[in-house]
Amino acid sequence: MFSETVELRGHIIDSLILPKVLDEILRAGGTFKIHEIKIGQQRVDQSFARIEVSGPTHETLDELVLRLRQHGAEVVEKADVQLASAPTDGVFPANFYVTTNQQTFITLDGKETEVHPAIMDSAIAVDSASPRATAVKFYEVTKGMKIVVGHQGIRVAPIQRSTARTEVFEFMSNVSIEQPKSAVIREMARELKRARETGGKILVVTGPAVVHTGGAEHLERLIEWGYVDLLFAGNALAMRDIENVLFGKPRRMNLDRGSLDDEGHENPLRAINAMREAGSIARAVEIGVLQRGIMCSCVRHGVEFVLAGSIRDDGPLPDVITDAIEAQKTMREKITGVTIALMMGTMLHSLAVESLLPANVKTFCIDINPVSVSKLTERGRFQAVGLVTDVEAFLRELTDCLAKLDAAPARDGGKA
Amino acid sequence: MRELLLCPPDHYGIEYEINPWMSRARGAEAALAQKQWKDLRATLSRLDCKIELVTPQPKLPDMVFTANAGLAVGKKFIPSNFRHKERAGEAPHFSRWMEEHGYQISWLPEDYYFEGEGDALFVGDALFCGYKFRSDIKSHRAVADILGCLVVSVELVDPRFYHLDTCFCPLPDGGAVWFPAAFDEYGQRAIREHVPELVDVVPEEAAHFSCNAVVLERDFVLPEGAPKLVATLRERGYRCHELPMTEFLKAGGACKCLTMFLPQREAMPSAQ
Repeated sequence: MFSETVELRGHIIDSLILPKVLDEILRAGGTFKIHEIKIGQQRVDQSFARIEVSGPTHETLDELVLRLRQHGAEVVEKADVQLASAPTDGVFPANFYVTTNQQTFITLDGKETEVHPAIMDSAIAVDSASPRATAVKFYEVTKGMKIVVGHQGIRVAPIQRSTARTEVFEFMSNVSIEQPKSAVIREMARELKRARETGGKILVVTGPAVVHTGGAEHLERLIEWGYVDLLFAGNALAMRDIENVLFGKPRRMNLDRGSLDDEGHENPLRAINAMREAGSIARAVEIGVLQRGIMCSCVRHGVEFVLAGSIRDDGPLPDVITDAIEAQKTMREKITGVTIALMMGTMLHSLAVESLLPANVKTFCIDINPVSVSKLTERGRFQAVGLVTDVEAFLRELTDCLAKLDAAPARDGGKA
Repeated sequence: MRELLLCPPDHYGIEYEINPWMSRARGAEAALAQKQWKDLRATLSRLDCKIELVTPQPKLPDMVFTANAGLAVGKKFIPSNFRHKERAGEAPHFSRWMEEHGYQISWLPEDYYFEGEGDALFVGDALFCGYKFRSDIKSHRAVADILGCLVVSVELVDPRFYHLDTCFCPLPDGGAVWFPAAFDEYGQRAIREHVPELVDVVPEEAAHFSCNAVVLERDFVLPEGAPKLVATLRERGYRCHELPMTEFLKAGGACKCLTMFLPQREAMPSAQ
């Protein structure tokens, strides 16, 4: 949304100019926020209102403001952002503005420019000539780069809560283990289907739990059906998935003895070795070493994946990006256009991805641990739904719902 | 005794087109215009008005419409800032005359369009001001500041009724004669909220500029062509004086446009 601040003065209450202006904004598809209002106390006292007017495009806003000016609205000149030079590579100037994940605009030469991407915990680098405003991380800043400092000339446009009653986000705001899971999963399935049909982009963030719980085959199905566009994971997920495919069930606890089975403890390493020998997971699929599983499905269906390494990794697999900053950069690049993020059974990886996502991305957080779900859904994101449940059970029900939805004839209106 | 400012139509004519009524091709008949103006002057004199005259100026044909000279309240005079350059030359002549007659001149900022009594009429203590075609709403605030009164700004939406005095005529009993369709929905509501006794004029009579009347206590001086309004006003105890105004209607004016009150009302109690 683009916005201008206007001021109205005079006998705007007696003349009904204030309601007229507000009605006109709404009729033009805009929104308003009254920042200040002073009503005259005596009959002859004039009143005052300062109103932020927002419109979906520059053009609609300009036309609207032009009409409002006829009714006496005066546009408040916007103050430009303040800029300072980065003192050296990798260092922001003092008092640099720290971004949120919400849509942000800065004023340059009196005009608003949107900051891209909408990513939190970054600074804003400004190229006044273009003009362009970019959210940058520490590792991206170079000496002399113009960086926004202070708060002047910055406008953050909060995401409006959904008003469509059928949306899952409408009725799910808290995390509880006493949720009507089936109903929530059904709504999530509808959201995914809507995203697939409307050109949305679905990101899956998950960990080895999906394999351990036996949910891999369901995730494979999601990939085959076109419900996954991008997969973010670590070495462990890929390793467990490949191990599972090459050697059967992954290493597991022997409940009778209370210890790990002797057999199979070397299988993860053998799986890694096979991939290293092939050169990459994609190559392993190509030469027939890897013939099924989550990673194989990704390769076969052209689903991009980013595997980020960690200090605990075995191997790692040849596809794993071990430089954390490089991994983050790659994830940031791939994340463009994501509309839904499905985060399952991996708290730290999900938190890392969450901080890269713009606020308008809808997130589904599924974990058996209520603390993980709470952490992910309570980060100020407006459109986040959490579900405390087993990942396998979730994926099984989700794929069932999607199978039914895909089998059902298309209906207008999408009855809830 | 009310004092009125008039300007003889010596240089009157349709020399340009700045409203939908004007047509240079059709023109106005000078002799007839003189007669109609003299009839108006005689009627107003007969109704116990003191008539003051400002000297007409060549090349300023609309100077005859003195209602647009400005707005006089008490001893203050706010000269007009005409929207059209064709009329801008009138302002110094009017303000000089007002100054010479003891009025204190309060100029508005140059970029605030305001066309005087044509767009500013009192109902009681509230000044109703029209905006959009000629006056700007910005000027209303400035007028309110100068006079210290409540200004109710109303948007005009029909270009035929481009000044407030073409579609709204206050009555001394606190009511008003008006043509509602000349105002937008909010203007209509604002007028209804502030003016309790409203007399609606039907469209065919409004088109004869029936609202463009000079009201002097119980006397209502209006152009011919409004039998329904005349009947209504007579029932309410007004004496109606219908005058032929055909030659001035060709320029989008009639009885009220041809007169300005000196002053329209006494100074606001709060401004004294």
